[in-house]
Amino acid sequence: MYVAVKGGERAIENAHAWLAEERRGDPAVAELSVAQIREQLSLAVNRVMAEGSLYDPDLAALAIKQARGDLIEAIFLIRAYRTTLPRFGASNPVDTAAMACDRRISATFKDLPGGQVLGPTFDYTHRLLDFKLAADGDVPAAPTRETDAAPVPHVTDFLNREGLIEDAPADDTPPPDLTREPLETPADRALRLQALTRADEGFTLSMAYSTQRGYARNHAFVGELRIGAVPVEMEIPELGFAVEIGEITLTECETVNQFKGSKTEPPQFTRGYGLVFGQTERKAISMALVDRALRWEELGEDFEGAPAQDAEFVLYHADNIQATGFLEHIKLPHYVDFQSELELVRKLRREATAAQVQEAAE
Amino acid sequence: MTDQAYNFAYLDEQTKRMIRRAILKGLAIPGYQVPFASREMPMPYGWGTGGVQVSAAVLTPEDRLKVIDQGADDTTNAVSIRSFFQRTAGVETTTKTAEASVIQTRHRIPEEPLREGQILVYQVPIPEPLRFLEPRESETRKMHSLEEYGLMHVKLYEDISRHGHIATAYAYPVKVEARYVMDPSPIPKFDNPKLSDNPAIQLFGAGREQRIYALPPWTQVASLDFEDHPFEASKADHPCGLCGATESYLDEVITDDAGGRMFVCSDTDHCDTRQAAGHRGKDAA
Repeated sequence: MYVAVKGGERAIENAHAWLAEERRGDPAVAELSVAQIREQLSLAVNRVMAEGSLYDPDLAALAIKQARGDLIEAIFLIRAYRTTLPRFGASNPVDTAAMACDRRISATFKDLPGGQVLGPTFDYTHRLLDFKLAADGDVPAAPTRETDAAPVPHVTDFLNREGLIEDAPADDTPPPDLTREPLETPADRALRLQALTRADEGFTLSMAYSTQRGYARNHAFVGELRIGAVPVEMEIPELGFAVEIGEITLTECETVNQFKGSKTEPPQFTRGYGLVFGQTERKAISMALVDRALRWEELGEDFEGAPAQDAEFVLYHADNIQATGFLEHIKLPHYVDFQSELELVRKLRREATAAQVQEAAE
Repeated sequence: MTDQAYNFAYLDEQTKRMIRRAILKGLAIPGYQVPFASREMPMPYGWGTGGVQVSAAVLTPEDRLKVIDQGADDTTNAVSIRSFFQRTAGVETTTKTAEASVIQTRHRIPEEPLREGQILVYQVPIPEPLRFLEPRESETRKMHSLEEYGLMHVKLYEDISRHGHIATAYAYPVKVEARYVMDPSPIPKFDNPKLSDNPAIQLFGAGREQRIYALPPWTQVASLDFEDHPFEASKADHPCGLCGATESYLDEVITDDAGGRMFVCSDTDHCDTRQAAGHRGKDAA
């Protein structure tokens, strides 16, 4: 006798209890604290903040703990939480030229005002497993010196003075907001950049890589990559002036790309731009390359049919929360649709077989 | 038990107003896909976030909610969405189609005819009926505005010339009031006739794709077909093994590893009601 499966509710509760137990792991091993994740897995925290579109290291660390280290799941938790937050207003644009840089490098000039600052980077480390870390994580303090208070101007400003790079005039038009308005194409550059800064790191990286391998090649130089803290200021209407409300760490990448010129424009360099929450260098460089590839139309270049040039393709598939949700939904029951397909395929097969028998008889 | 940390039905009032405006626009232009600023919900995209947002926008504290997935009230995702609204809205819930004022559904229209005053909310994965013929949204929107549906008819015609039939068994495209071609969500084509002339309000929410569309009560909805190949609503040619119903849509259940199987109503409320009224199928206990 057949009894329809019941008790979905209990099954769900029990699955969640099991999940909580698995998340904790062996109770004989000390539990991770949120502060430990925030301090010692800070690049994971940065990625969750960037793609979750919410700058809060403690919440991002909590999300990573809850998600058992699955970063896309953690990003999802942050996005869902972000939906419920009230919006008080918008800050003034941050001034990245005034950034307190931890890292600032240029691949286009050997030396320049503000200098080359390597900062805390994996670059030039030999990727050898450090077995000492398995036993003891203590490190000697890194050497320090006073920072120069000298300003660190943007590299592209030097090029701009000579007219060698396209001008990027200031624009006070309020940018569109893809978290408040449905994404529609054609998307202007501000909207594209907004989508890219929260886009999946892996997707953005692969798109950028494809341009390097010849799918809409635009040969990018890293004019400048800078990482550091910038103050966030907000106009308070009652006060009539801007007040600093906090400080965030950003990664900014400006690429300098080739451009042969067109009928109306003399040859000059063009720009790609990446700006991402936290120390997120791979993402910021990738973003700048993809940004540049998407600008083919405004620069009068040809559409080569490359995926990275195709704004609809890039923007509609870059969000990992949308992508993972839709991908994983195929785990949900589809008995009804499958049953209707079964009936159809059986019917078509019946008719095809009958036709073959008929032919054989003739 | 309502979770007091969140607004009634989770979304804040401004967001609900934004969604209601999209719903009203959808009702004013039946079958037209209205873009709306879909929010990130605490369940994944593709798992009913569009339906959940539409339900959240139309629910009132006096409503009685039914949630079904594949016609059943007890499938895991239906259970999950029902408990979400129990928690965030505290509304009464029911499994009885007749007693519900709002029904959120995935992939089915209940067997029991709906009545005036009820709202049926569909979860929609891909709202664009032309999507698999033309992947670009910028193009498909143009095709809708120009009423340029030739591509769809060619596709259906090619099906007939290749298979002898239109090879679409679910999400079968319809035309609304002789204007917009609409995706009815992945309901089996067996359910298509119920879309038309329905006394209930039918709302369609696609969260990831950021679209809402609607059918006001008594809207005329025609499944696309040809004069010499008329549309045919089909189902498995069996009665329900539990309640003996011959007119309901059936799920096929595999009962052993030797080819044994049985057919049961996909609409669990319909089946239970019939069994309670004394109807018995051949496999009933």
